[in-house]
Amino acid sequence: MSDAALVTEHKVPPVTERKLPPVTELAITTIALTVVGGIYMASHLPKHFSLAFPIADVAVCGALVAANLVMLARVKPFAWRTFFLVGKWALAAYAVISGMLVYTFARDHTPAGPMTVLALMLVIWAVDIPLLLAFTVARYATP
Amino acid sequence: MGPPVVPDFQIVPTRGLPIVGAAVVALVVAIAGDWKWALDFFHVVGGGMWTGIDLFVGFIVGPILAKLSIQARVEFSTRFMPKMLLLMPTLVTWTLAAGWQLARKLGNLNAGYGRHGWLVASYIVVGVMAVIALGLLEPANLAVLFELKKPQPNPEIIARLMKRFIYTAGITGAMQVATLIIMTRIAT
Repeated sequence: MSDAALVTEHKVPPVTERKLPPVTELAITTIALTVVGGIYMASHLPKHFSLAFPIADVAVCGALVAANLVMLARVKPFAWRTFFLVGKWALAAYAVISGMLVYTFARDHTPAGPMTVLALMLVIWAVDIPLLLAFTVARYATP
Repeated sequence: MGPPVVPDFQIVPTRGLPIVGAAVVALVVAIAGDWKWALDFFHVVGGGMWTGIDLFVGFIVGPILAKLSIQARVEFSTRFMPKMLLLMPTLVTWTLAAGWQLARKLGNLNAGYGRHGWLVASYIVVGVMAVIALGLLEPANLAVLFELKKPQPNPEIIARLMKRFIYTAGITGAMQVATLIIMTRIAT
């Protein structure tokens, strides 16, 4: 079946005209917030510093990723096959990159508190970026 | 306007994956061994290539690409973008991981270090570039490749995503000038 026929059958507007939730905007905001938290922590390490701001930052980022996933899950129809194809490979790649960064911080004997916050930031990072990559590709695919 | 003719290509060039794997393993070995020369090598070579490629793509390739026909952009992109998909994340990982480790080893991370402010400035520049590259450039790069893999690629989508790629490459290129200034300040 052609793309055009699929679009007609599912009553879906062409991919360039579809109204989708602001997944891209929220994902980019999350990246920016994790970067801000990361810079704050990196500029204070290795000395002792207050974790109040980084913890609040991680909490906001976690909430944004969760909200993004919920909004995206409610989109029907969506090219989920394409989404998961891109998402799983991107997740694998970013898990390796995040793992390397966690390893580097652990190797440097980063104290437990900052280490936990950094690890959480990297987990958010490793979920958010694959989500953004997969969404950007899947939004132009036929559901 | 008819759909562009797309040459056969791989979105992720699998032949390059062993090279990327070897590059990452070498970096891990350098960090694990705290080997100063290797850390220096990965940071300088990775950073130099990252900066050079960003500047070249942003100010030379990007403007040329913007003036090409859709067909020419497609032919260029199918050969260029898959390679960038492997090359750039590898160079960025090399540069940042080795750079962090090197700064720790040399004591540059301490707030008492005379040029700590420049180091924080470098974090900010890299942070802004990371948001642009990861949030806009890389998704556009990947989406163009997937669009081109379709039996009938949509020229409108390709043009829109390529425009985003060209603009963001230009911005990261401009930011790399700041990186050059900061790094030469730190090294002087």
